[in-house]
Amino acid sequence: METIYALATARGKAGVAVIRLSGPRAAAAASALCGSLPPARRAGLRRLRNADGTTLDEALVLWFEAGASFTGEEVAELHCHGSPAIVNAVLGALSRIDGLRLAEPGEFTRRALENERLDLAQVEGLADLIEAETEAQRRQALRVLEGAIGKRAESWRADLIRAAALLEATIDFVDEDVPVDVAPEVLDLLNRVKADLEHEAAGVSVSERIRDGFEVAIVGAPNVGKSTLLNALAGREAAITSEYAGTTRDVIEVRMDLAGLPVTILDTAGLRETGDVVEEIGINRAKQRARAADLRVFLLDDMGSTVGLTPLAEDIVIQGKADLLSDGTGVSGKTGQGIGDLVAQITARLETRAERAATVTRERHRTAIIRALASIESARNEIERGSGTTELVAEELRMASRALDSLVGRVDVEHILDEIFASFCLGK
Amino acid sequence: MKHRDFDVIVIGGGHAGTEAADAAARLGANTALVTLRRDGIGVMSCNPAIGGLGKGHLVREIDAMDGLMGRAADRAGIQFRLLNRRKGPAVQGPRAQADRRIFRETIQSFLAGRPGLKIIEGEVTDLVMRGDRASGVVLADGAEIHAGAVVLTTGTFLRGVIHIGDEQRPGGRMGDKPSIRLAERIDSFGLPLGRLKTGTPPRLDGRSINWNALESQPGDDEPVLFSFLSEKPTQRQVACGITHTNAQTHEIIRENLERSAMYGGHIDGVGPRYCPSIEDKVVRFGDKESHQIFLEPEGLDDTTVYPNGISTSLPQDVQADYVRSIAGLENARIVQPGYAIEYDYVDPRSVSSSLELNRVPGLFLAGQINGTTGYEEAGAQGLIAGLNASLSAQGRDPVHFSRTQSYIGVMIDDLVTRGVAEPYRMFTSRAEFRLSLRADNADQRLTPVAEKLGCLGKLRQRVFGEKMDALHNARARLDGMSLTPKQVSTVGIKINADGQRRSGFDLLAFPDVGFSDLLRLDPELALVPRQIRDQMERDALYANYIQRQQLDVAAMKRDEAHVIPSDFDYEGLEGLSNELKFKLAQVQPGTLGQAGRVDGMTPAALALILAQLRRLERRSA
Repeated sequence: METIYALATARGKAGVAVIRLSGPRAAAAASALCGSLPPARRAGLRRLRNADGTTLDEALVLWFEAGASFTGEEVAELHCHGSPAIVNAVLGALSRIDGLRLAEPGEFTRRALENERLDLAQVEGLADLIEAETEAQRRQALRVLEGAIGKRAESWRADLIRAAALLEATIDFVDEDVPVDVAPEVLDLLNRVKADLEHEAAGVSVSERIRDGFEVAIVGAPNVGKSTLLNALAGREAAITSEYAGTTRDVIEVRMDLAGLPVTILDTAGLRETGDVVEEIGINRAKQRARAADLRVFLLDDMGSTVGLTPLAEDIVIQGKADLLSDGTGVSGKTGQGIGDLVAQITARLETRAERAATVTRERHRTAIIRALASIESARNEIERGSGTTELVAEELRMASRALDSLVGRVDVEHILDEIFASFCLGK
Repeated sequence: MKHRDFDVIVIGGGHAGTEAADAAARLGANTALVTLRRDGIGVMSCNPAIGGLGKGHLVREIDAMDGLMGRAADRAGIQFRLLNRRKGPAVQGPRAQADRRIFRETIQSFLAGRPGLKIIEGEVTDLVMRGDRASGVVLADGAEIHAGAVVLTTGTFLRGVIHIGDEQRPGGRMGDKPSIRLAERIDSFGLPLGRLKTGTPPRLDGRSINWNALESQPGDDEPVLFSFLSEKPTQRQVACGITHTNAQTHEIIRENLERSAMYGGHIDGVGPRYCPSIEDKVVRFGDKESHQIFLEPEGLDDTTVYPNGISTSLPQDVQADYVRSIAGLENARIVQPGYAIEYDYVDPRSVSSSLELNRVPGLFLAGQINGTTGYEEAGAQGLIAGLNASLSAQGRDPVHFSRTQSYIGVMIDDLVTRGVAEPYRMFTSRAEFRLSLRADNADQRLTPVAEKLGCLGKLRQRVFGEKMDALHNARARLDGMSLTPKQVSTVGIKINADGQRRSGFDLLAFPDVGFSDLLRLDPELALVPRQIRDQMERDALYANYIQRQQLDVAAMKRDEAHVIPSDFDYEGLEGLSNELKFKLAQVQPGTLGQAGRVDGMTPAALALILAQLRRLERRSA
């Protein structure tokens, strides 16, 4: 196994730049640069030197033994000063050490995966954590990284193994002292897993939103102040605003952090009847995007028109250009009136949805869960049909377990036999 | 170069040895079977029964390859029961009580009638080695016999120790000598060895049992036999008795626990969890008030009864006490006390899929020495070792059995890739493709393999050919039907009016449709014989599931198509952990599929191996 190294922090000028090494020669390579190493897992201030003795930098040096590190291998970290020149010089010095090479992108994580320091879901969680921009994203990614999916899956797996063991015991040990009617317990177990999986499957779209962002569309008639409102929300000139109706022909997106939730605000073309072909395309696109969004904010003009879209129960309907009104209601991007309230309303509605988030976060997880659910459903039907073909129920459970494999790791016949032997006294 | 006395020498005349010797000879090898005593050949040393769940499948597969066990069990069967009769055919297992004497004599007569097979009485004390290769055996009198390949089937004889209470004596099974010198030769190969134990119950005198007080378990009204060549039982049929242990029995056992070899600390070997001693049952499942005992007659003119369920290593006086505490056994006489036996086995990860030792070419291992338990598991390995020894001696390629094709394949793959932690026994749940690997279609799966190898007798060839013709004709007739839902519903079959046309076979796959329902749709189907109708129903029942499994089967076959050469260099393969390198070098998986089943294997490591295989292929191309 080669020892790899790479800059672990972002490129460019910074206070600190961390260079990470992983592999059997990590500590040796670090000590080639810094002389004596501090004790494992303790930081020490060291002078990094070239092979010819010239100083590269003064750095904090830290190392971890194999088996007690992020990658599972021996790992060393050099916390240098964050200048591109220093980083390049240190990387250059490392490249001249035998048995070392620059890491491929993602290679540290891959080694962690290969050494079973992380499971696949945790790797996805780590990727999301690094990408996380908002608090809700951070919490969700961290939950995945800490193995929340693995833990949930572990309990489903235990239930499925128990159910399979009960069935297999009645098949393989029919002549012995095993319970004859295991159907009630098996059904209980399956119902429990089923309820959990259904909850997860329903919540996964919300989790995806937390990961990828909620979409909030601002819709309304032309020139009702949508773009001005967006600019006010974003605090910068994101959409072109002008006095003339129909300026925003395309959909403009602004990504922002609303109380920890990642939100993309969509500014749609003013919705109106038009003879302009180009504008017509823009309007259709706007309607499409608006319908698909998680939440719509309807800005009303004087006529109170909702321009051919029906607000859903949770949508927000509010009077636009409030600066032209005198009763203090509505919202105005121009004066900032009502913006605080609007943000609070949007946030409250999205937070309610975020609470429904599942542990699983990705479409890949959802597909696996849906497949498992289908098999569990067939197994339940087969049991309730009471045909006695236990082997078909067992086969469905096998498929359900396999479907969850991607979340769960392998379910092995040995696990089922272990459960049987622990539960029943067998042996004629 | 020394001349060869035989192509193949088989050491041991148990279930593995007899199948091995017969299979080797069937394939045309000039074969010798060396055993301590000629009259010990084919002895059933444990319970007087053959088959069961998973095990019955193995017997059918041995039979499909034209082996001995199925036919001998049918000849000796005094009670036949198809287990799981109420469940589907994939998990039904034929089982029979066998008359010990008839079974043994039948096996002996089969071997006596096998051309090219010679039986030699004697103790094998050593192997003849030519370099690394095993090329014969040395007998106790110093005589050397030379051969192209050797099959070792010494059961529990390797450093076997018998325990009755705190008494111990060396021995294989009761009354036989252990093979200590041979064990030293095995040691010299530096193979990883382990220690296992197994036990037997005290044998009872049937005349001293009060049968009238006991529940009786008769055989099936319609007996299902093992062999595809057998039709009906030939012996008088008998019933077994059923009784139970009780609180008093458990009390006696608890009071004397420290006098048992197991709990007195005399035994280190690992016993099977599915066949625990009565001491184990009382200790591990203390809240159970009674345990079931089957009283199995050992033969028609044998008064011995085998009480299945109370194997023990307690001292003789305790055995007598607890036996007599059991209903119906109040006056029972013990003919032979129960005992536990500890023995060495070779970690089966040291053998390849052809059951040849990786380190000692020419030496094949089969049966308990590989860590298995059971006649059927032993016989099936014997068959494979015998065939491959024969092929090896003839310079032909080995034959391998896939998990996708047979229980034999499942067992051997489990053994050689995962090793064993307790005596290995077959279960249907071990076979992931259980729905297609059925006892009823063992002949369709394996007889063509035997035919291609050339180890099939003429009789079986004919019978099998006729059956396959009948199956094909019936299937073609069913597939040729094309019926609208309306036509189907006129004969009372419930069906959705979805406008879809269906074949007779499609209809059979419906849960409530049987072959007889189809007769009204095509009266000519009445000509299809009962056996063939049953087979069509069984095939149709699982057709949809089997189709779903095809992807998995294909994936497994794809992995198994990547053969890993035996000299594959794991050490030099960059990216493998040292732990995996060590395991892989020890197991020497024969294919990428097997490598994937090695304990601790990761997808990433598999990808590295595959990439290296591709590099090697390109280099040699």
